[in-house]
Amino acid sequence: MNDLNCDEFVELVTAYLEGELDPDTERRFVDHLALCDGCDRYLDQIRVTVQTLGELPAAGLTDARRERLLAAFRDQTT
Amino acid sequence: MGVAGEARGCALALPSDDVIVARLRSGDEAMFALLLNAWSSGLSRAARAYVSTKESAEDVVQDTWLAVIRGIDRFEGRSSLRTWVYRIMINTAKTRGVKDKRTVPMTDLTPEDSGPTVDPSLFRGPDDPYPGHWKEFPPQWPSVETEVEGRQVRQRIEEAIGRLPARQRIVITLRDVESYSADEVCALLEISTANQRVLLHRARAAVRADLESYFTADEGARR
Repeated sequence: MNDLNCDEFVELVTAYLEGELDPDTERRFVDHLALCDGCDRYLDQIRVTVQTLGELPAAGLTDARRERLLAAFRDQTT
Repeated sequence: MGVAGEARGCALALPSDDVIVARLRSGDEAMFALLLNAWSSGLSRAARAYVSTKESAEDVVQDTWLAVIRGIDRFEGRSSLRTWVYRIMINTAKTRGVKDKRTVPMTDLTPEDSGPTVDPSLFRGPDDPYPGHWKEFPPQWPSVETEVEGRQVRQRIEEAIGRLPARQRIVITLRDVESYSADEVCALLEISTANQRVLLHRARAAVRADLESYFTADEGARR
């Protein structure tokens, strides 16, 4: 078993995904991942969470506001 | 999750800032319309962290674009155009947030930004032969297969984001919902890389935990 515990692993997942772990910690992280199904699942669920966040529908302007802004743009520049 | 989100346009290819700014200054309405389409969603979602209602957030976004129209001649290119627009939004939203009695201190991390992000009771205690290891592995999530299920999951995530502390909410919105880079988020919020990462980490862990309770609730409770 390596020296990284699961409760430490879960606090490193974002730094890992950002590529910001130092090489030694990253090695311990990856070693732990290879041995621990629970942490493998946790990391996978974080990835699913991030992916689903990226699938949220756009929250754009209402048509009325959009028209108002386009009119304001025309007024300003003509 | 196999179900793609609806309505989020595929990435809009925008020209460089120099080109955008020159076209806006020359009154190119199509260019302005393109920016409205590309950035209003992120602005609106981010504004929600500062003001209390969706309506207020939409007002903030509208006022932001009006300020952009008035101010584009003064844009000097010291930041990216998008960062400049977001800074206008943040200032507008803060002014309005004061009226709404919501303020967002952006500088330092606060107590809500420290401590474990996963419930410590899920791990074995110090007297266990494997301290700090899972008592039980996190429960497996069901696959989300139908469009209805996908929509329910996304709705649940929207609610989870809405419950996050304001700064975590902005960071996860810009990073994961709107796919902005870490560097850009640091620049537009004027926070350090380390603090940005802490806020993102806590926000992701909280949303994951919320999804876990959603997926592990029994079928009846999910309807």
